[in-house]
Amino acid sequence: MSQEPTVFNPLMPHIEVDDAVHFSVFDALVRMDPQGVLQPNLAAEVPSQKNGGISEDGLQWRVRLRDNVRWHDGIPFTAEDVKFTLELITNPKFRAWRTAGHSLVHDIQVVSPTEITWRMKEAFAPYLSFLAETFIVPKHILEKEADPNTAAFNQAPIGTGAFKWSKRIAGDHLELIANPSYAGEGPYVERLIFKYIPDMTVLYTQFKSGAVDLVDQSYITADHYEEARKLPGKQVSLEHSPSIESIYLNLGRPQFKDPAVRQALYAAIDRKAVIDTVYYGVVTSTETFMPQSSFYYNPNLPAQQFNLNRAREILDKAGWKSGADGIRAKDGVRLSFTNSTTSGNNLREQTQQFLQQTFAEIGVEMKISNLPAAVMWGEFWLKSQFDTAMVGVTYLIAADPDATNRLATSAIAAQGGRGSNTGQYSNPEVDSLLQQGARTFDQQERRKIYNRVQEIVRNDLPFLPLFQARNVIGRKEKLTGFTVNTNTRTASWNAAGLRWAS
Amino acid sequence: MRAFLLSRLSQSLALLVIVSIIGFTILSIMPGGPSSQYGLDPGMSQADIERIKEQLGLNRPLWIQYLDWAWRLVQGDWGRSFRDGTPVLTVIGRHLFATLLLMGTSTAIATAIGTWIGIRGATHRYSLFDYLATVGAMVALSIPTFWFGLVGIYFFSLRLGWLPAGNMYTIGDGSVLNYLHHLILPSIVLSLVHVAVWSRYMRTATLDVISQDFVKTARAKGLSERRVLMKHVVGNALLPMITLAGMQLPTILTGALVTETVFTWPGMGRLFLDSLGYSDYPVVMGLLMFSAILVLLGNLIADIVIAVVDPRIRLA
Repeated sequence: MSQEPTVFNPLMPHIEVDDAVHFSVFDALVRMDPQGVLQPNLAAEVPSQKNGGISEDGLQWRVRLRDNVRWHDGIPFTAEDVKFTLELITNPKFRAWRTAGHSLVHDIQVVSPTEITWRMKEAFAPYLSFLAETFIVPKHILEKEADPNTAAFNQAPIGTGAFKWSKRIAGDHLELIANPSYAGEGPYVERLIFKYIPDMTVLYTQFKSGAVDLVDQSYITADHYEEARKLPGKQVSLEHSPSIESIYLNLGRPQFKDPAVRQALYAAIDRKAVIDTVYYGVVTSTETFMPQSSFYYNPNLPAQQFNLNRAREILDKAGWKSGADGIRAKDGVRLSFTNSTTSGNNLREQTQQFLQQTFAEIGVEMKISNLPAAVMWGEFWLKSQFDTAMVGVTYLIAADPDATNRLATSAIAAQGGRGSNTGQYSNPEVDSLLQQGARTFDQQERRKIYNRVQEIVRNDLPFLPLFQARNVIGRKEKLTGFTVNTNTRTASWNAAGLRWAS
Repeated sequence: MRAFLLSRLSQSLALLVIVSIIGFTILSIMPGGPSSQYGLDPGMSQADIERIKEQLGLNRPLWIQYLDWAWRLVQGDWGRSFRDGTPVLTVIGRHLFATLLLMGTSTAIATAIGTWIGIRGATHRYSLFDYLATVGAMVALSIPTFWFGLVGIYFFSLRLGWLPAGNMYTIGDGSVLNYLHHLILPSIVLSLVHVAVWSRYMRTATLDVISQDFVKTARAKGLSERRVLMKHVVGNALLPMITLAGMQLPTILTGALVTETVFTWPGMGRLFLDSLGYSDYPVVMGLLMFSAILVLLGNLIADIVIAVVDPRIRLA
C-alpha cells in the first residue's frame, strides 16, 4: 500500500487503505458482493420488504443475526453490540466518520440476542448499502471507555472478522493473524501483513522482486502495466474502479450556464487520444457517473464524438462570437476559464495540455492552475471556488446508486446545502427522481429511476466525463481465491478467501 | 559557567516560543487542513466535515488554539495525532529507533572516514589522493541522495541481488544480522554526503594547524612525524569540528527525509512528510518542537565541550 493505515476504529474518519484492515478484522451486518448484490454477513439474512425485515412504508426495520459468532476475545457477539454501534455513531461526543442514514435511526430495540429492530425517521433505501460499510464494534470493550475517541481499542482492535489484530510497527507494516474460530468461510492464510511503501515506484519494484504478494491501494501505475503483465509468476489484471474522471464545471460561473457551451466543450475533447496516449489504454471511456460494474449502470447513453467542426457550429448557433483576441464571447462573457487539479499529477497535467489545445481551436481559452492536494480538495473544491476541475469522483456511497450527495440541489454546499454537489448542478426533475429512488426498496424499480437520472445528466452535461478509472492489480500467481470487488474501496475486501496454491 | 548556562537557557526558551508561534501560524494558514483528505470521500458530507472540525477544535480563533496547545505542552501534554488519536510522544517514539539506527550508523561511518580523508588530504597536500578526495567530495555533494539511493538499489539489489532493496528488516526475521544487512545500503548512501562535508572541513582545519608555529617547534624538538601529527595536529584540528558535530547532532534524531523515502525506512523523516500531508498538526508541531529543542541542545553542548577542552575559551 502506498499510504499507511492508521485508523483501526472502523467508525472513525479514515481513508481507503484503512478499509483493508477493517474488512479483515471486522464484520458488518451485510456485505456487498462483486455483482453489487448485498449478502448477509453478521445478519442471518438481508432484510427486505419481501422477508418482512423492512416494513411496507420503509420505516420499521428488523434484522435477525447469526448465532454462535464470537469476538476475538471469546465473548459472544449479540444484538447489544449492534445497538451500541449504531448509537455510538450518532453520539455527539464521538468523532464519527459518516453519519448519513444513521441519523435517521431511532428507537433501537434488542428483541433477543439474535434480533434487533429500529425505526427510521423517513424511508431511506440506501441505508441498507450503508450498513455494508458500518462495521460492528464490541460493546463490552468500548462501553468501559470514558472517551471512545482515544480508547486503547482504537490501536488494538477486537472484531469478529477472519483475522485478529497482532501488531503494528508504525511507519512500516502491520500484522494480522488468522482467527481459527471465524464464523464465516476461511481464513486460509496464517498471517496477513499490510506493508506500507510510500513510493509508487518502490512499491512496484518490491512487487517485481517478489517481496509483495498482492498490490493494493494505489495499485500499479499505468505506465508499468505493459511490463508488469509479462512478469513471470505474476497475475496482473485491469479492474474497474468506481472513480469517474471528468472535467467538473462550476455551473455557478456565467460561462457554463449555457448548455451549448457544455455540449461544445464535450465535443472538443479528443477523448481517445487522452485514453490511449496519456493513460496507455488502461482506463475505459464512459458517459455516466454510474460505475460500469454497478447493477444500475445505463449502457444506452449516446456516445461522445470528438468533432471540432460540430463544436464550432454549436457555439456559432448559440451566438458565441469570436472577439479580436480569437476568444469567443457573448453578452460580455468571455469563453475563458481556469482548470485546476492536484499539482504534480503527471497524467492529469498532460491531459490538461491536450484539452487546452483542442479548446483553443474552437475559440475557448483554458488556463491551467494546479494546486497542492491539501489546497485543491479543501474549501477550494468543497465550497465551489474553482472554474473547472479535473477530478476523479466516486458518486456512490457504499455502492448504492443514490447520488443525491453529488447531484441534488439540496447538496450544494456553496449555496448553504448539506452535501458535495460542488459543481452546483440543479435540475428539479433529477431532484424528484433522486427523492423517489431513495424511498424505493425494489431493485428493478430503482434501476428504472437511476437509468433515467443518468439520461438526464448525460443530456445536461454538468460535468464532462473523460473515463472510468481502472486499477492495475498485481498479485503472485500462486495466490488464489482473490476476487476484485469494485463495490468496496479495497482489493483486500475478502482476505478471508485468499489461499496459497500448492 | 552558571551565568552562561542561565543566559543560554533563557535565550533558548525564547527561541522555542518564537519557533512554535511561527510554526503554528504557518500550519494553520496553510489552506486545506486536516479535513481536506475527506473532501473526495463520497460519503462525507460538508456537514460531516464541519462536525469533525468542530470536534477537533479547529473552529476556534487561532490564538486560542495556540495558547491551548502551548499550555498543554508546558504541562507535558504534547497532544494527540489527528489521524489515529495516539499521543504525539508515542508517535515520535515509535519512529525514533529507526532513525537513530540509520543516522547513528551513517554518522559514525562518515565521521571516521571523513576525518581520515581530511587529515591525509592535508598532510599530503596536492598529492593524487588529495585531488581524488577533492573531486570525489564535489561529486558526492552535487549529486542528489535519491539518485545515489536508486542507483545503489539498481545495482546491489536488482542486478546483483546482494542487498535488500529497502525496509529496515525482513518481516518475520528480527535478527541483528538481518538489520545489519538492511542497514548497509542506506547508511552508505547517507554517509556519502556527510563524508564529503566532513572531510573538507577536516582538511581545512588540519591545514590551519599544520602551519602553526607550535607544530614547527614540535618538529624542531625532534618528535617523530607520527607523534607530531597525532598529538599536536589532530587534537587541535578537531576543535572547530566540535561545533560542526554539535550542529549535526539534531539530524541524527530528526532523520533523513529523502533516504528514508527511497529505502522505505520507517523513520522520523517519513513521519514528518506523512504528517504534513495529512495536516496532522499535533504531530507536525511535536516534531518541530522536538527538532528545535535538539538544535538548541546540540549547540549548547558543543559550546560547553569546546570550553572544557580548549582552555583559551572562557564562557561568560
